[in-house]
Amino acid sequence: MFAGLLRELLQSLRAALEALGAYSLFGARLFMELPRALLRFDLIVKQMHNAGALSLVIIMLSGLFVGMVLGLQGFDLLERFGSEDSLGTAAALGLLKELGPVVTALLFAGRAGTALASELGLMRATDQLAAMEMMAVDPVRRVVMPRFVGGALSMPLLAAIFSMIGIFGAQLIGVQLMGVDPGQFWSQMRAAVELGDVMEGVVKSCVFGVACSLIAVYEGYHSLPTAEGVGRATTRTVVISSVVVLLLDYMLTAVML
Amino acid sequence: MSVDQGRDVPGTAPDAVVRVRDVDFTIGRRAIFNGLSLDIPRGLITAVMGPSGTGKTTLLRLITGQLLADRGLVEVEGRDVAGLRRPEIYRMRRRMGMLFQNGALLTDLDVYENVAFPLREHTRLPERLLRHVVLTKLQAVGLRGAFRLMPAELSGGMGRRVAIARAIVMDPELLIYDEPFVGLDPISLGVVLRLIRRLNDTLGLTSIVVSHDVREIALVADQCHLLSGGRVVTSGPPADLAGSESDEVRQFMHGLPDGPVPFHYPAPDYAVQLRQVQ
Repeated sequence: MFAGLLRELLQSLRAALEALGAYSLFGARLFMELPRALLRFDLIVKQMHNAGALSLVIIMLSGLFVGMVLGLQGFDLLERFGSEDSLGTAAALGLLKELGPVVTALLFAGRAGTALASELGLMRATDQLAAMEMMAVDPVRRVVMPRFVGGALSMPLLAAIFSMIGIFGAQLIGVQLMGVDPGQFWSQMRAAVELGDVMEGVVKSCVFGVACSLIAVYEGYHSLPTAEGVGRATTRTVVISSVVVLLLDYMLTAVML
Repeated sequence: MSVDQGRDVPGTAPDAVVRVRDVDFTIGRRAIFNGLSLDIPRGLITAVMGPSGTGKTTLLRLITGQLLADRGLVEVEGRDVAGLRRPEIYRMRRRMGMLFQNGALLTDLDVYENVAFPLREHTRLPERLLRHVVLTKLQAVGLRGAFRLMPAELSGGMGRRVAIARAIVMDPELLIYDEPFVGLDPISLGVVLRLIRRLNDTLGLTSIVVSHDVREIALVADQCHLLSGGRVVTSGPPADLAGSESDEVRQFMHGLPDGPVPFHYPAPDYAVQLRQVQ
């Protein structure tokens, strides 16, 4: 029984390493294509609209609610120590360094990532990718790259908007509802938040953007050309992206603290 | 329904655009081809027929370099496809057009942009000239008026015709049709049949039509290859195949349910299996 368990464990480990290798090769191919892809910036802009602009509503709504919750919880916690004036600092640091990039990445994986994966999967299932191959057009260059770059560029912008709206939400609750002094709220935030804190969030959101976009286009491009295959690719995109984002978040936080 | 054949069917082809020699191809443990050999003569419409699962589409993929044979030679215009690198395969495909079974139109582009797609990717034509070329091709398939429709707004037959316009927009020398008649109503089917014949003759193309629609193929093809059991069972003009005495050919051409291709999938003894279930 123990030997069987060990064998299964080794098989899973091997499968995971193979998947990691396949992802790395695909990612390397995309990075090799990057200079050429940037020449077709019109295609990238279109995909930034699909992945970024069309995600704005969900990102802004979520940012507002997360900020409001942060305002409530933060006020409750800080009031116990008599330091509720630091609410602005707490909310800004929490949003810029952690919640902004992470929650945006999770939402991005759920909205834009699934859209990318299912679109590519359906293109595979309906022979559109094969038709491109037959027209001597490389589908990786023409279809995958603009989506990957568009997604990767959209993510930091969405995270910035999320954090901005979140801070507004925290201010709405802390200042307007709970009576925190607005001068203290903003001045303490400006005094405590440094460029390094902002950069931590920027770096994280860039890394999450690349990871989520890579996972989405990989899963979509390699999906089986069936309804079940497309469904599985979409599910895998969300699951893998979520786990990878949380794992990377820990690693980046440990490195940058 | 009749289609003007347009030319005499020669007994032998003057030269071949595609040569397939002794090709073996296996998917998993299933042998698709076992010593397959055939020629696609220049300037003619050649039909590749055979029951489902005989590897007709696989043959197209071998010819277009999407798959490589396990053994044997696949030559297009005298060049071994297996020896071509990716850029050379792409160069070869620029001289080919292919119509997929479902049309495979790009669903986020309208009819005009679908037809313009290969031109935009491979040429730097001024917009005015590009528009001229695209509208000419759409006119050839009778859909110039539908140029702003999206693929989802097209019927099956219209989608197939747009895909034909896209396939000929780069003026290919070889046009490949994969099951072009599937799911078409009689009117659309007649239109597609006439288009295949007319395009081949007026543009001086070589056409390969993969199909198992015997009646339709007989109306349009100059020559047929019948595949079965991983090889070519017989070749010749459709009329010759219809009169063949071979059991395999007769079963296919006349749609007989049982014969060399059995009605029943291989199974254990019926009574034994029933008793096992009980």
